Amino acid sequence: MEFKDYYKVMGVARDATEAQIKQAYRRLARKYHPDVSKEKDAEARFKELGEAYEVLRNPEKRAAYDQLGSGPRPGEDWRPPPDWGAGFEFTEAGPGGPQADYSDFFETLFGAARGGAGRRGGRRAAGRGEDHHARVMLDLDASLEGGSRTLTLRMPELDAEGHLVMKERTLAVQVPKGILPGQTIRLAGQGSRAGESPPGDLYIEVEFQPHPFYRLEGRDLYLDLPVTPSEAALGATVKCPTPAGAVDLKIPAGARAGTKLRLRERGMPSRPPGDLYAVPVITLPEQINEQARAAFRTLAEAQPFNPRAHLGV
Amino acid sequence: MASSAERFLAGEIFEESTSLSVADLCRICGIDERQIEELLEEGVISVTAIETSERRFSGAAVRRTRIAVRLQRDLGINLPGAALALDLLEEIEQLRRRRPV
Repeated sequence: MEFKDYYKVMGVARDATEAQIKQAYRRLARKYHPDVSKEKDAEARFKELGEAYEVLRNPEKRAAYDQLGSGPRPGEDWRPPPDWGAGFEFTEAGPGGPQADYSDFFETLFGAARGGAGRRGGRRAAGRGEDHHARVMLDLDASLEGGSRTLTLRMPELDAEGHLVMKERTLAVQVPKGILPGQTIRLAGQGSRAGESPPGDLYIEVEFQPHPFYRLEGRDLYLDLPVTPSEAALGATVKCPTPAGAVDLKIPAGARAGTKLRLRERGMPSRPPGDLYAVPVITLPEQINEQARAAFRTLAEAQPFNPRAHLGV
Repeated sequence: MASSAERFLAGEIFEESTSLSVADLCRICGIDERQIEELLEEGVISVTAIETSERRFSGAAVRRTRIAVRLQRDLGINLPGAALALDLLEEIEQLRRRRPV
């Protein structure tokens, strides 16, 4: 089992005062809170932090933990001492921390002291199972097409002895077309069961991975649409992808970089639908051949101008 | 013959399809009525409709309520602080979506 150095996790000395521990927790919690932080491992770090704080802020748990010393040498496996827990009484009814799943290390040391009774979480309405909440990362296409996706969720569950365990659960879900990031899919009856009573609901909050070329802004989609210099100068009708398939888009003559061409109701297929904005990006071929060079030289002579005049140079 | 599509659970978009009572919001978010009043006062959530003299909320209130509750509990901040953080988080999120890095 992996030994957890809770002092190291919290970045405090082994003789830190209660006030110092609290301060360290607040500072790190702001940094790694999953609702606030965009650090990649924020959720894992926050869990570890909550667990460390749970032990170090509680004088009884801290004293018991301190008895273990500073853990095994690097690479060595850690086992709890055979007389672990004797003489200590953990009075606090279950973890009050922000998460439900603790490490094996924590569970081995303090898990037994925590029955099902002290369980944190949403209150249970009489005669109804508990609601569950989860967050998933989807590809944008799932929402654009309203496709079905197989989701793997980790859910806390109580085992037969009342211990909290994490169970993996795989669900095949029809993603509602046009769902936006931050919105929630409700699956009625997919929460916990409480005996014979009706089960709770499952709420899945949706986020999207970045799409290869669409950017999402509210319900609207933005697309950088490469155009040739002559298409931009002379105007042209070009193919433009939209979530509902390619369309012909008219580029007005003299289209400037950054112009937004709106395709009404071609954005997210929500209710009401969003718009799609194609932003022309003037693009040169990878290699300019001699004939084109000559043409560009002629062009430069035909209409010399200073596009940087507004920059004062 | 059952088509494969039938084996998928059909979800609904909670924010759009739902009208919640105060009691619903309390149950889903695990809070009490007094806290709902505080959230309303602070402008974290707002009433979207009144049906037969009862206040109704959209599903969007659930997410804001849950985040506000988590921020208060985990960061030791008060409700006005959580409300401010929530607004700033949403603004950051919008900016980030506009220009992904």
